[in-house]
Amino acid sequence: MLCISILRSGRKRTMITVKKLVKRFGLKPVLRGIDFEVQPGEFVALLGPNGAGKTTFLRILASLSRPTLGEVNIAGYQLPNQAAQVRARLGVVSHLPLLYGDLTAEENLRFYGRMYGLTDLERRITEVLEMVGLEARRRDLVRTFSRGMQQRLAIGRAVLHDPDVVLFDEPYTGLDQDASSMLDEVLKTVAAKGRTVVMTSHDLARAEDLATRFDILSRGVISASASRKELKKTNLLAFYKQALAG
Amino acid sequence: MESKPLALKILDIVSIIILGISTYLALVFAPTELVMGDVQRVFYFHIGTAWTALLGFILAAVFSVVYLITKDLKWDRLQVAAIEVSLVFFLITIALGSIWARPAWNTWWTWDPRLTTAAVTELIYIAYFMLRQGIDEPEKRARFGAVYALVGGLSAPITFFAIRLFRTIHPVVIGGTNPAADGGFSMTADMRVAFFFALFTFTVIFIDLFWNRIRLGDLQEKVEQLKLKVTL
Amino acid sequence: MVNKVTEIESMSVERIRPAGNFIKAVAAVVWKDLRAEFRSRELFSAMLVFSLLIILIFNFALELDIKTRQSVTAGVLWATFAFAGTLGLNRSMAIEKDRGCLDGLLLAPVDRSAIYFGKVISNLAFMLIVEIIVLPIYSVLYTVNLFQPGLLLVILLGSIGYVSVGTLLAAMSVQTRTRDILLPILLFPVVIPVLLAAVKASSGFLTGAELADILLPINLLIAYDIIFIAVAFMVFDAVVEE
Repeated sequence: MLCISILRSGRKRTMITVKKLVKRFGLKPVLRGIDFEVQPGEFVALLGPNGAGKTTFLRILASLSRPTLGEVNIAGYQLPNQAAQVRARLGVVSHLPLLYGDLTAEENLRFYGRMYGLTDLERRITEVLEMVGLEARRRDLVRTFSRGMQQRLAIGRAVLHDPDVVLFDEPYTGLDQDASSMLDEVLKTVAAKGRTVVMTSHDLARAEDLATRFDILSRGVISASASRKELKKTNLLAFYKQALAG
Repeated sequence: MESKPLALKILDIVSIIILGISTYLALVFAPTELVMGDVQRVFYFHIGTAWTALLGFILAAVFSVVYLITKDLKWDRLQVAAIEVSLVFFLITIALGSIWARPAWNTWWTWDPRLTTAAVTELIYIAYFMLRQGIDEPEKRARFGAVYALVGGLSAPITFFAIRLFRTIHPVVIGGTNPAADGGFSMTADMRVAFFFALFTFTVIFIDLFWNRIRLGDLQEKVEQLKLKVTL
Repeated sequence: MVNKVTEIESMSVERIRPAGNFIKAVAAVVWKDLRAEFRSRELFSAMLVFSLLIILIFNFALELDIKTRQSVTAGVLWATFAFAGTLGLNRSMAIEKDRGCLDGLLLAPVDRSAIYFGKVISNLAFMLIVEIIVLPIYSVLYTVNLFQPGLLLVILLGSIGYVSVGTLLAAMSVQTRTRDILLPILLFPVVIPVLLAAVKASSGFLTGAELADILLPINLLIAYDIIFIAVAFMVFDAVVEE
């Protein structure tokens, strides 16, 4: 996986490169010039207060929204021109489940598998269901699932096509303690395969255990960034507060 | 604040003057028509406003395509201006058509192709503005407006031809809003003068109103920008 | 607690060529809609009941004695279909919007028009199914034979036109604040040619008019269908992409 991404991107080793990204809605600027780089295999926690622009930023990375100005490159392909190639290598988990309530778990996966043009789909579906611990409920309708189960299935959907990059937008929203712990496990599995992960969250506690790097998005720019090693001395909360104040 | 450009001010005055002249030509200069009497004079303005409305309609459809290709919001402002002006003029056309119909054919409304299509187009315009009103984001508003204006722009002419081909209950001759074309009455030389002058007048008025409306849109845009600077 | 979050993931996930995937994607969308609807039957039952209620209302609103029935049947049928159709179009798009599924569709590496065609086909399927059920009921209620091949052809062509434009406009209206209410306002003025031609042609078939007369509105229907499918196909991107 790493080798392929190096070959494809040529000179750069980075998986995600964002240069001077600006996003305006009409005249209102939400993102004011973001520079952001993620190496393959990194797990970046993108933190920040509500309204900072985290979801907007993630949507742009997910190719669901176009940048007003600036460059975005993922896995060596440029957005928005090469969006289709990016999408094939990207998985997204939003706080909405993106699942069809009237279909069963396996039917949902089958649908997305077909949309991604996957071969050997049935085997892959079983693999993914086992990975997220939902094999037993594969023939149940998604609308009977709890929020936690839906979220796990959503992650399954996101990694069905074995993407290089997975984006999570506030995945812990609405989950209780048990469900959150389960989600931790699934996230670890997803990240373990050398995948690149970017996760937004306003829950510092969750992010602390999983991420290799912490970036703070505040008022439309990335005001601070620290790797896990750097953060050993200070704690995350102090770092966060300082970044927002500055 | 920018003040009105001189050319526009002159155009405003010119518009009013030639409107006055056109009114004189239509109401006094042109001879009274034999069969329908004085009410026929409405015809000059009726055609004038219909023509301008049609012009706005075509422009709006063109601006749609240009916006969708260039994504420059300037074309969106042009489109809104064109549709607003066209909306008002179609309304006048319909009203005048109604006034003409009553004494001439003893009915307030004729379901003829032109009048009906004008009414349908009005509904498309109203739907256009309702669509835009339900969207907060300017870029989305422009995109959706352009798509709908394009769809409407293609549909209205088809409606016109469909009515013309299929509605045999009200033949075009009786409901014709331009009897001159159907031989409802023939125009004398004086009438022709009034007629063509009216067309000219309304074209000028269209340009004047259109320009004013664009200017209004640009100023609104500036206000939004200033508001933003203040809040930031 | 989590029992077994196992790590059996293989790296050998292959992909199909883009062109082959377009058709597969369209088929996937259609299958998905039909499967989900087959389970819940919400959309379908709503459309059907609404249609029957409209026919009932027409019965009281218009004096449908034997003579007037002849001339009015085509109109009543098409008015019914036009109103009930908005229900199906709204619901079909609302499902996508509500759980963020539209994003899910947009994340797939397929051309956006695949989503459009998939939706059009499934919306068309729902509409045709409702129409097929309404026809015999109307036939029985008013003792008129509606099962003529010509009429069925007109219903097919008219529904295609209606659904093609309707799906595009529903995709827009579902993204506005006013949502459901907006769709009929947007759709009806623009779909008038379809109604005109369909009623004319239907009427023609029911009253046994000259084939030459009927051919004209049918041609218009075909022309409308082609024009608007082409236009919708070209602008659908602008409606779903930000």
